[in-house]
Amino acid sequence: MAIFGPRANLFMNAALLGVTGAVIVLLLAVWVVPVIGYNTQERFAPQQPIPFSHKHHVSGLGIDCRYCHTEVEKSADAGMPSTAICMTCHSQIWTNAAMLAPDRQSLATNTPIRWTRVYTLPDYVFFDHSIHIAKGVGCTECHGPIGDMALTWKARTLYMSWCLSCHRDPAPHLRPRDEVFNPHWQRTSATPSGAALMAEYNIHTDNLSDCGICHR
Amino acid sequence: MRWRRGIAIAGLASAAAIGLAACDNMANQPKLNPYELPYGSQAQWPVTPPPHVVARDQPLHPPAAPPVTMALLERGRQRFDIYCAPCHGRFGDGNGMIVQRGFPHPPSYYSDALRNAPSQHFYDVITHGYGVMYSYADRVEPADRWAIVAYVRALQASASATLADVPPEQRSALQ
Ligand code: HEC
Ligand code: HEC
Ligand code: HEC
Ligand code: HEC
Ligand code: HEC
Ligand code: HEC
Repeated sequence: MAIFGPRANLFMNAALLGVTGAVIVLLLAVWVVPVIGYNTQERFAPQQPIPFSHKHHVSGLGIDCRYCHTEVEKSADAGMPSTAICMTCHSQIWTNAAMLAPDRQSLATNTPIRWTRVYTLPDYVFFDHSIHIAKGVGCTECHGPIGDMALTWKARTLYMSWCLSCHRDPAPHLRPRDEVFNPHWQRTSATPSGAALMAEYNIHTDNLSDCGICHR
Repeated sequence: MRWRRGIAIAGLASAAAIGLAACDNMANQPKLNPYELPYGSQAQWPVTPPPHVVARDQPLHPPAAPPVTMALLERGRQRFDIYCAPCHGRFGDGNGMIVQRGFPHPPSYYSDALRNAPSQHFYDVITHGYGVMYSYADRVEPADRWAIVAYVRALQASASATLADVPPEQRSALQ
């Protein structure tokens, strides 16, 4: 009796193909699935109670970020605008727009509007806006071209590798302090170099990638 | 040998339970983040404080006007451009972007009434609002209110300045 029957070659080839296929699927699952847009939610704009447009308010009307995100220079959180902040303008203009009905109802019933979070970190990560603003990291470095977004979409993965890529070498991401809130800022030949800004802001990268900086 | 198998199964089951619980990887911890409702809470957020409660660091009395320095004016210009310029315009003439889109026209800061108004009046308008203008007390701190007032005063003074007010070495640039 022969050990290998006539179909042994076929089985062997099928088995090899199967194993190779399984390895490829596994590698894809480990390395590719976490970075595809569906998982990172990059470019994803969640449904909001009011279709608020940064493009309209920031680029069109020239309103500064701090008019609405009032805490961003002072605290860890940027702060979301209260209903009263919308109403400083919308008590007089666009007062009958159906789009703004949730706003008026929120004012009438004294219940805050519940915006859907676009950017959110896990609870074990410590993040602070104020230090980044004070050291000349512009909003668009982390939030993308927000001045051109009709609906806010997520521009970065917020993965640890992304934080680290900047913490290891922040120089190319820095800008002069008075341009931090400018959503259309571009580096020009007149801008001080990254190295000059690093020195001006006194940034040292020696321990900026220590685990304890972001996991406290 | 039955009991040994029982223990093994129980052990595996609890390991699986712990493993499943750890899937969250502590991304949601039992601590309160800003904008988060307490877990299982029925309360409305934000919980409105009882009447007469003040912030811990709120000063007892509103601060008096500080001396005018260049730094104060710079701060005032920055805050004015953020919070007031959308309506009052960057020069205080009342032709800001929002007014061009239909907001009621505020009076120009160069009107006689506002030129002669005491500084305290501007401070109070920021604190309490005025007519259709809302209060900005939630966004402009008391110290910043004085900075804005100082800057508005500087704007008003600049409108009536003559060539004689400019330092001699810079006059040629204007002539
Ligand atoms: C007129 C008020 C207003 C101004 C001015 C404004 N925002 Fe917003 N912003 C909002 C509102 C309302 C939301 C919530 C709705 C949404 O996500 O689109 C928001 C959401 C965001 C978010 C997403 C927050 C999250 O995680 O859900 C970011 C990031 C942001 N704004 C950045 C900026 C930046 C940067 C600027 C200045 C260039 C700016 N905003 C100016 C009102 C404003
Ligand atoms: C500084 C004034 C100002 C503030 C503050 C403001 N808006 Fe507006 N908003 C406007 C103006 C002016 C328009 C009309 C734009 C035009 O006519 O081109 C507008 C238009 C809108 C529209 C409809 C037009 C569109 O396509 O975007 C929505 C919806 C809206 N705003 C929502 C909000 C919400 C929500 C807030 C609070 C977070 C807010 N706005 C705060 C000035 C303001
Ligand atoms: C270094 C990167 C970085 C910069 C620079 C940055 N942000 Fe953020 N922002 C984040 C991250 C990360 C989150 C999510 C925070 C969380 O989940 O705790 C966030 C969240 C927000 C939110 C949602 C509400 C909140 O406070 O969590 C708003 C609004 C916002 N940012 C506005 C701004 C504005 C306005 C600026 C510019 C002045 C800015 N951000 C600059 C990284 C950044
Ligand atoms: C575009 C560049 C950039 C990105 C992206 C960035 N950071 Fe930073 N971060 C900086 C700079 C610059 C500093 C200031 C360092 C200093 O103070 O010298 C800083 C400081 C910090 C600090 C304070 C450090 C201290 O000394 O206490 C924390 C915490 C922090 N970052 C967390 C994060 C987290 C979490 C992320 C990702 C969600 C992130 N950062 C993404 C540039 C960045
Ligand atoms: C610049 C900020 C920063 C530094 C420094 C940092 N981390 Fe992180 N870490 C993050 C962020 C942001 C996340 C969340 C990533 C996500 O949401 O997937 C994270 C997630 C993690 C996780 C959980 C991963 C997961 O998928 O569950 C571990 C474990 C971790 N970090 C370990 C470390 C260790 C060890 C160090 C030091 C060598 C370190 N981190 C330094 C920002 C940082
Ligand atoms: C949303 C538009 C808007 C913004 C922003 C705004 N104002 Fe006004 N302001 C008005 C309008 C409209 C009036 C006229 C009110 C009336 O007569 O009913 C006014 C009136 C005033 C007056 C005149 C009061 C009087 O005695 O006649 C002063 C002073 C003033 N504002 C200061 C400020 C300062 C300072 C800021 C910035 C912190 C500011 N305003 C921001 C719209 C605005």
